[in-house]
Amino acid sequence: MGLMWICIKAMLEYLNVDVIVPPPSSKKTLLLGVKHAPEFACMPLKLNLGNFMEAADLGADTIVMAGGCGPCRFGYYAQVEHAILRDLGYQYELVVLEPPQKHIGDLLDKIKQITGQQSWRRVINGIRFGYHKAEAVDKLERMAHYCRPRETTAGATDRALQHALQEIINIAAPEGLPAALQRAVEMMNAIQVDIHRPVLRIGLVGEIYTLLEPFANQDIERKLGSMGVEVDRSIYLSEWVNEHLFLGLAKNTRSSKLTKQKAAKYLRHFVGGHGLETVGSTVLYAEQGYDGVIQLLPFTCMPEIVAQSILPRISAELGIPAMTLIVDEQSGEAGLITRLEAFVDLLARRKQTEEVLA
Amino acid sequence: MSVTVGIPRALLYYYYYPQWKTFFEHLGVKTLVSRETTRGILEKGIKSTVDEACLPVKLAVGHVMDLYDRVDYIFLPRIVSTARKEYICPKFLGFPDMVRNNIDHLPPLIDNNLDLYRKGSSLYNLFYTVGKQFTHNPVRIMRAYQASMAALNNHCRDMESGRLPFETCDSNRHNRQDQDVGVSDVTIAVIGHPYNIYDRYISMNMLKRLRDYGANVVTADQLPEHVFRREAGKLPKQLFWTLNQRMVGAAFYYFDRPEVDGLIHVASFGCGPDSMTGELIERFARQDSRKPLLNLTIDEHTGEAGMVTRLEAFMDMVRWRRQLDDVAATYY
Ligand code: SF4
Ligand code: SF4
Repeated sequence: MGLMWICIKAMLEYLNVDVIVPPPSSKKTLLLGVKHAPEFACMPLKLNLGNFMEAADLGADTIVMAGGCGPCRFGYYAQVEHAILRDLGYQYELVVLEPPQKHIGDLLDKIKQITGQQSWRRVINGIRFGYHKAEAVDKLERMAHYCRPRETTAGATDRALQHALQEIINIAAPEGLPAALQRAVEMMNAIQVDIHRPVLRIGLVGEIYTLLEPFANQDIERKLGSMGVEVDRSIYLSEWVNEHLFLGLAKNTRSSKLTKQKAAKYLRHFVGGHGLETVGSTVLYAEQGYDGVIQLLPFTCMPEIVAQSILPRISAELGIPAMTLIVDEQSGEAGLITRLEAFVDLLARRKQTEEVLA
Repeated sequence: MSVTVGIPRALLYYYYYPQWKTFFEHLGVKTLVSRETTRGILEKGIKSTVDEACLPVKLAVGHVMDLYDRVDYIFLPRIVSTARKEYICPKFLGFPDMVRNNIDHLPPLIDNNLDLYRKGSSLYNLFYTVGKQFTHNPVRIMRAYQASMAALNNHCRDMESGRLPFETCDSNRHNRQDQDVGVSDVTIAVIGHPYNIYDRYISMNMLKRLRDYGANVVTADQLPEHVFRREAGKLPKQLFWTLNQRMVGAAFYYFDRPEVDGLIHVASFGCGPDSMTGELIERFARQDSRKPLLNLTIDEHTGEAGMVTRLEAFMDMVRWRRQLDDVAATYY
């Protein structure tokens, strides 16, 4: 999922586990998943299934997945996927990292199961290493968000980002990470930008998988960037990794408490997934003066549907245009671009009128 | 002072209505149930809900709209959890907010939480907070609560003895006659959310139709809780959706019962939990059974004719399969 593999891979390789990274999600992955997954499963499940099938063809024999305890579907993914794979004849060992209800020991046990005999200390260092890589990735992506709409040579940001990420990926031990990050940041800083160019700012909210996986969101960040939009995401990789895999061990930078407070006026209870965050972040973006919000969700995603039905009211009351994009296996690229252009156009015109009035 | 509280005929109405009604009556509050589903009610719901929502949610919104200018309050408890460590569905968690943010000029909503997720939580919490809005007398609330629990237990017993919720919920008992038509020669288990299979409009009268075809109908709601929980325990991981746990458990159970000849799984289009349980039923519960299984997905466009055809074909298959088995039994 997105760039998550970078951090998981770092953690496990540090613990001497052979890691097979499935090829990046592609049309083929999706087709594989769609073919074998339940028709109305949400897209993340389908892609995930496809990923595992592709990884098996490369020789993977153990699946590591995060679990959960509801109310959203994610918590049951691993089991359903495992059953499907089993029925298809794949021989997979399944390790599910359930958020431990009681204490962290469960999780560490599971990790030990994957890693064999490793000292606790090394396991914990491995986790920390993975998390720090996630943070590094986030930092670079944020820089890219800033540079993309302002770059003077088209495509410069993406090229630099690729190289910068590679620096991070190459590092095999925690000691090397700070220096690598330093180098990566310098590469990003070297991008030529026009800081005076007027840009629109759009907040991306919605279902986490769709937000983080460029294939699922059809590279929306890049597309918006090239239309002169600076984006911000309501969720970054390290936050998710922290929440779901490391159980909030690392102290979170952006407090989700604030989002919850902001959401309270419109949605008074958590609804699973990131529904509440979507609502809260939309309010936040409005307050921070963003020009618009785009919500991304996979077809049939339950928490986001709840959020979606609340967004129009927020949009009306706080005066921030919001658009909802639903992705499924049929979404076409041309349609998306047209819709994005129309939305960006609307925002630009709104901004102009506001400036004239002011 | 007599106030009226409206109760939408949707979602968990089928499980809790007798309890809710009793509770309010004991506090001297009148209740009014929305009318039975019609095309009009559904249309209203569809218009005021995002397209992507599932049919039951749209329908529930329609029922709220059917009530909203006729009552002083609408009872729309936020059903977070009805069993420890379980939920119903994300949409139930957000339902009152979906209603509030989409319909203007609503009467006040009573949307206190029904939440049994944590150990030691009790239904009383909900009723106490609700009761306080109508009386300051705690003893009165307590009595109303006790009476309501008795009503709930009765209702559960009724369901376990084979009566279907809309038969015990409805004051007009004309539906009861449905039960006694003809002799039934096959037994069909219908597995689905209560608000799908018991709503006559939504299910297109499926239960009655099956009976007319000579089937004895059983549903998941006739199984006592410990039975479906035990059965659902056969899954590799416990499901955290109460309704679907019930459905999967019932599927395990009925696939195993010799007197059940076939199963029908009714899912809502776009329903998250159903998409997973359908898969689980296929892959686990059905594993060593050759019983016919019909998967029906309903949405607002489902046509009655298509559904009738499928039901008829299914019944033919069930009977045909049974004959084969009978023949086999005589020979071996
Ligand atoms: S949040 Fe949405 S997409 Fe993700 S698992 Fe839940 S229902 Fe599926
Ligand atoms: S359980 Fe399914 S049908 Fe019921 S509200 Fe949730 S998504 Fe809709």
